[in-house]
Amino acid sequence: MLAVIGTIPDPAMPVTEGPAALGRGGLSVAELEIAPDRGTPALLGAACAACGVLGLPAPFAFLVGDEGRGHGSRELYRHLVDVLPRRSLSTLAFHYLLPDVMWHDKVLFAVNEMHPRPRLIADAGFMYAAKMSGQATAYDLFTPDAGELAFLADEQAPHPFYTRGFILHDGNRVPDLIRRAYDGDNAAACLLVKGSTDHVADRTGVLFTVDSPNEAAMEAMGGTGDTLTGTVAALIESGRDVSDAARIAARTNRLAAKLAQPTPASRISEIIACIPQALTLALAEEAQ
Amino acid sequence: MGFLDRLRKKAPSAPPASKADRGLLIFENTSEVIRAEKALKAAGFPVKVVGPPPEVRRGCDLAVEYPLIEGLNILRLLADSGAPPLDAIPVTGPLLTPVDLYHVKDFGDYLMVRAANMKITVEKATGVIVNVSGGGCPDVPYLAARLIGLRLDEAPSPREIGHTLCGYALGLAFEEMQRRCSQ
Repeated sequence: MLAVIGTIPDPAMPVTEGPAALGRGGLSVAELEIAPDRGTPALLGAACAACGVLGLPAPFAFLVGDEGRGHGSRELYRHLVDVLPRRSLSTLAFHYLLPDVMWHDKVLFAVNEMHPRPRLIADAGFMYAAKMSGQATAYDLFTPDAGELAFLADEQAPHPFYTRGFILHDGNRVPDLIRRAYDGDNAAACLLVKGSTDHVADRTGVLFTVDSPNEAAMEAMGGTGDTLTGTVAALIESGRDVSDAARIAARTNRLAAKLAQPTPASRISEIIACIPQALTLALAEEAQ
Repeated sequence: MGFLDRLRKKAPSAPPASKADRGLLIFENTSEVIRAEKALKAAGFPVKVVGPPPEVRRGCDLAVEYPLIEGLNILRLLADSGAPPLDAIPVTGPLLTPVDLYHVKDFGDYLMVRAANMKITVEKATGVIVNVSGGGCPDVPYLAARLIGLRLDEAPSPREIGHTLCGYALGLAFEEMQRRCSQ
């Protein structure tokens, strides 16, 4: 089963776990209704939609409220360290969590006690922690955007906020930054770099690029990276090779945007609603 | 059991965690260090007094080690306590400075500004913030919910209501957007 791990911006929400469901009324976890408007709920909404198309059980969610002070993230880290070694989960997608190296390392130890060891996806804050800890290579997939790729490529930066200008500069090409990230062992086994052109890469270099259809407004919309990560997580859970899953997910996210016809002011729920149709189209293309 | 056996049977332990998520607060004198440590510990932050590396030593020879990611919250608390530091730097990269490059994209009716990993998009005609994206710290969804739908001149600054370095980066993008929209 796929599990999604992250936060929602409500500090009153305790650690909550359970299967997620996406219905007409929105997203729910353990009978708690959550708007899939951005962040981890957007990832979870996309994963639910994709799992439905792929014939998979709905993803399992580990959530906590945290508006940035870190208390909720640390409660969730503590919970994961306690329960993960006894759980049977085949894919874990870590998302918006306060980056904390000590807790990252404890969670990774707990994951290493799971049998069989699940495939690991890290995005957002947990990806930052994975890089900071020096254990990026323990992961199967990172899903950075352009700013985050520059952070991975800068072996000195502890957070994207400190990425050095000569690396962050527009003139740097994505393949060069990917190479630099791997040279520093600061990348997962596979990278899905989100951008005007999506790049799927591993240590040997760029494997695939996906650039159509192109809806420019996606770059400005909050949550388009989250829906991509949710879709690739479901495809990995379906048993596909990670790089193939990344390519299909990138195409799916773009097709969903084309179907939704967003503006820079659109909400991510409009994209999530189109994921079932988009993934069905992308899978049909793959089958040809 | 002999001494060597006890050594051999010692349980393996995890290597010490990287200090990449720690920062140093540099102060003018020791009394400011003590005041800052007291204020931060009272607020529940895991901080400790350490000796800073020689290349960043200014003022006194003590510094406060703090959780780097929570820097925005911590700097605001120290400013409110009357104990602002001379500088705040990453432990593993004391010479690193915050981003100062902005990426700007014009969508016609909308303008987007990115600072580091954070993006903010505004409708040109009204100055209304229509989207916030990027980032990875948990205050990003919170900040998005607080900002979207408000005009730039009525929205709270992310630097005032955010908590993390992502919030700080969004604050830089917000200020750059304000600067561009006021021209």
